[in-house]
Amino acid sequence: MHTGQEDQTATAEPVTARAAEPAISAKGLVKTFGKVRALDGVDLEVAPGTVLGLLGPNGAGKTTAVRVLTTLLEPDSGSARVAGLDVVRDAAKLRERIGLAGQYAAVDENLTGIENLVMVGRLYGMKRSAAKARAEELLERFELDEAAKRPARTYSGGMRRRLDLAAALVAQPPVLFLDEPTTGLDPRSRLTLWATIEALVAEGTTVLLTTQYLDEADRLADRIAVIDHGRVIAEGTADELKDRVGGERLEVRLDDPERAQAAIDALAPMSDEQPTLDGDLVVLTVRRRSGAIVEAVERLTGAGIGVDDLTMRRPTLDDVFMTLTGHAAEAAEEEETTR
Amino acid sequence: MRRLVSDTMVVAERNLVRLPRSPDLLLAFTVQPVMFVLLFVYVFGGAINTPGYSYVDFLIPGIIVQNIAFGGFVTALGLSEDLRKGLIDRFRSLPMARPAVLAGRTLADVVTNLLSVCVLVVTGLIIGFSFHAGVGEVIGGFGLLLLFGYAFSWVFALLGMLVSSPEAANSVGFIAVFPLTFISSAFVPTASMPAALRWFADVNPFTIVVNAMRSLWLGAPAGNNVWGAVVWSLVILALFAPLAVWRYRKAAGH
Repeated sequence: MHTGQEDQTATAEPVTARAAEPAISAKGLVKTFGKVRALDGVDLEVAPGTVLGLLGPNGAGKTTAVRVLTTLLEPDSGSARVAGLDVVRDAAKLRERIGLAGQYAAVDENLTGIENLVMVGRLYGMKRSAAKARAEELLERFELDEAAKRPARTYSGGMRRRLDLAAALVAQPPVLFLDEPTTGLDPRSRLTLWATIEALVAEGTTVLLTTQYLDEADRLADRIAVIDHGRVIAEGTADELKDRVGGERLEVRLDDPERAQAAIDALAPMSDEQPTLDGDLVVLTVRRRSGAIVEAVERLTGAGIGVDDLTMRRPTLDDVFMTLTGHAAEAAEEEETTR
Repeated sequence: MRRLVSDTMVVAERNLVRLPRSPDLLLAFTVQPVMFVLLFVYVFGGAINTPGYSYVDFLIPGIIVQNIAFGGFVTALGLSEDLRKGLIDRFRSLPMARPAVLAGRTLADVVTNLLSVCVLVVTGLIIGFSFHAGVGEVIGGFGLLLLFGYAFSWVFALLGMLVSSPEAANSVGFIAVFPLTFISSAFVPTASMPAALRWFADVNPFTIVVNAMRSLWLGAPAGNNVWGAVVWSLVILALFAPLAVWRYRKAAGH
């Protein structure tokens, strides 16, 4: 009965079906707290083994989205599936397949590193010996083995984050949620944590990561969703988003602010858009980075305009927000900090 | 069910392991109650008339009941701290039994309560307290204390899940529980109080538990006090445990 042909079709079907199902998918998620619509119809989709960066200012709804997707909050409406399970109906089962590391490094400071991880392992249902073995493995991997027997309160910020991340990985979850994993870390610890996350992704883990930092999303995320006021306002790869934001910004401070209009006219040919006046700064998005500073100085000097200061900077999250929403990424509601 | 038991044990272990590492808590369980016993016996004791008993005998059951009611304070403080630091989020994201975080906490309280009861009894014995009852009644008294303390831990568990910070848990708990323990027969005979206060003191569950302890340890006429105390403990437990677990399910703010 069995022909090779049949086998092929029989196995090919489910494989494509599985590959087609996203590791995380959310449709029309709404969550309100009193008058605040923390989530106002969020749609998300993350393919297995990829990283989605959820980018947005404080209070944009990033944390609320993570809390809904990790079963900590039930959405008012909309639905979401993670690792093939519904976040509301299958919540209990889903908790076995996800890891969560929060911005508040949720470890017990009075327990040692190893006690923290053993506790989490046993709460995943592991036997004490298995939990201990897994804890030791993770402590070594995260270079915490020397500090394993010290209470976590003696750890540095970076060490705590690593311990928190290790706790999220105890059960080797296929889907990992990282809520602002590097907020408040020094640059060195950030780089270490980034490398760790990249290694996890290389092993096939699907990651949803929230961040306020464009460079973090840029480095780690395959795709980025920009979220503001509870809505996804842009979605794409880092390059796609940057294209929408535009190129490098050139900021010029003039000797004589009165001459701003003359400066704008002189610099206009360097940009596709009309230069703008931001306070006493003339700002323009330059077409090419190389030579832009020299060209700007030459043009201004040619027009007889004195330059006090001149800066070239990369697009920042603020620029993304200015471009996409028309307002600056000011720290909005307290949603992310009140708990 | 098996998961509930094992998860509860894991959480209880966590809370007990960290205890010796926070000396301030240990001090609160041991030195502080001893200080109160000494103050009451030697400062107020001479002025308080307790017919039928020496003041030490009268006071020890009362102050132990007061103390054990406050034993659950650690639960309120610990839970609100866990909530603030995000540990409750972590627990809620784990596939563990839902009530285990609270059940483990309150179970750990039983151990610390037993510790502070022993410290107080030993202190009492040193300064002249003595049991006037059989071994069975004395052990029964310990059992009643632990049951009542356990029930009260759940009151504090709910409190811990409701307030926004350990500081708030501290003041709300203190304001709510402290007067309750004082307007009772714990420190003075209720007969010495003004009528309205006396009426309250006589129906106060604390009075019932304190009187039950006096009948178990001092051979005072029991009446319905012992059963009343057990029933009160079970009622408090039946009311506050589900409420606290319900808050926990919802909780973790937003």
